[in-house]
Amino acid sequence: MFEIFSIEFMQRALIAGVLVGFLSGYYGVFIVQRGLGFLGSGLAHAAFGGVALGVLLNQEPLWIAVPFTILVAIGITWVKDKTNLGGDTTIGIFFSVSMALGVIFIFLKRQYSSDAFNYLFGSILSVTITDIIVPAILIIITLLLFPFWKRWAYSSFDRELAQTDRIPVILDDYLLSVLISVTVVVSIKVVGIVLIAAFLVIPPAAARLISRSFSKMTLLSIITGTVTALIGLWISYYLDVPSGATIILLQAFIFFFIMIISKRK
Amino acid sequence: MIPVIEIINLSFNYGEIKVLEDINLTVPENSFVSIVGPNGAGKTTLMKILLGLVSYTKGDVRIFGNNPDKVDPSLIGYVPQIKTMDRSFPALAIELVSSGITRRWPWLIKGEQRKKALEALSLVNADKLANRTLSELSGGELQRVCLARSIVRNPKLVVLDEPASGIDAIGEADLYNLLEAYQQKSGATILMITHDWHVANHHSDFVLLLNRKQVSFGPPADSLSEQNLRFAFGHIGHVHKSKITN
Repeated sequence: MFEIFSIEFMQRALIAGVLVGFLSGYYGVFIVQRGLGFLGSGLAHAAFGGVALGVLLNQEPLWIAVPFTILVAIGITWVKDKTNLGGDTTIGIFFSVSMALGVIFIFLKRQYSSDAFNYLFGSILSVTITDIIVPAILIIITLLLFPFWKRWAYSSFDRELAQTDRIPVILDDYLLSVLISVTVVVSIKVVGIVLIAAFLVIPPAAARLISRSFSKMTLLSIITGTVTALIGLWISYYLDVPSGATIILLQAFIFFFIMIISKRK
Repeated sequence: MIPVIEIINLSFNYGEIKVLEDINLTVPENSFVSIVGPNGAGKTTLMKILLGLVSYTKGDVRIFGNNPDKVDPSLIGYVPQIKTMDRSFPALAIELVSSGITRRWPWLIKGEQRKKALEALSLVNADKLANRTLSELSGGELQRVCLARSIVRNPKLVVLDEPASGIDAIGEADLYNLLEAYQQKSGATILMITHDWHVANHHSDFVLLLNRKQVSFGPPADSLSEQNLRFAFGHIGHVHKSKITN
């Protein structure tokens, strides 16, 4: 039962799973409370453009996907800030342009690339030490920036109220979108581009159902994200099914279970 | 003595549209001021300028002698419209009040902070609501919690945006009583945005009647004359006139 911990690729996958589960649980609360569910999906598809560029250039896709997705996230925030367009419209534009670029890059490679497909659907076999180092660095940055939780929570509740208290809400929008975009990129090896939006949204949504305060929602979301990533990977190994899909189905099961239990009370 | 608010020849354009034109007024300490006007009169824009959220096009605005965006935010307590608030946000009433002290959302509410928040809730007879979530509060209760949030920092100026919207008549009467009691106790200046000139007439020391341009500013009996009201609103109706002259 515990031999999973002695297999090297599973060790890497489990560590990566715990790290990205923590990150998605933490940043997911801001995505859910700000109504940005589509952002996760948009950034994941934008990451595909970066991954494909990395494949085309024969570089480690993560190193190309991170700056590529950060640029897209900044672009989305900038267009939203400078125009009257809705967030979903702006995300939709960047989403499709990045995806289209990804398709072109893969086409230009002119050979079958399993790498790109690993990123689309997630592959625990392909988790490398880099896929552990980058989310670990992001967790350190997240912990250092923990005082910002209070600002982000305030403006998630009421943007105008936060502005009257001189919270730099636009600067915080950029900062949050960059951190979310890196979270998306580092999660795709474990979960896959196609399912990343759910990975960012389900743990906080489940936590929201039973939380009376935003701090408790944040804690519960982190715990749900981390534990489901760990157990989901374990189940996927024993059932020999894709890891990302297993994690998401487990999270969805927990969400509906909590929903039914909390409605009964 | 530095006036609480001083506005000199203020104009604000949104693109080609003139939203505010030639506003002039001075608000002394410890006064109750209402900004009255129909929908689209520029009341909310003026309030946002005073709160430092919007930059003005022409003229000068001073709050406690400073530019609005340079004023110490702890001097101002802002009560937003409750109907625009996200009541699905997971938050306890005491957390909302506590955010008024720290100007950040609380992760944990510590001893002294909790004591201050409970005192502010008690001042508006809402201490029993402390551990209720925002979604569990009625409109009137939420309005009281928001008022507690604004006064918890002992502000010198309390700004209220359409405080009667979303609450019933009893809640509204309660709110004005609480406001007047707070003003008497603290000596703060109250600035209220409203489209209801009866309320402004009843509670205010000064009324700014606005319809993009400044129609009048002064004591309610002068500012809310029949002629001024007709100019600002286009009509006033027979019931209203008798109420104003009383």
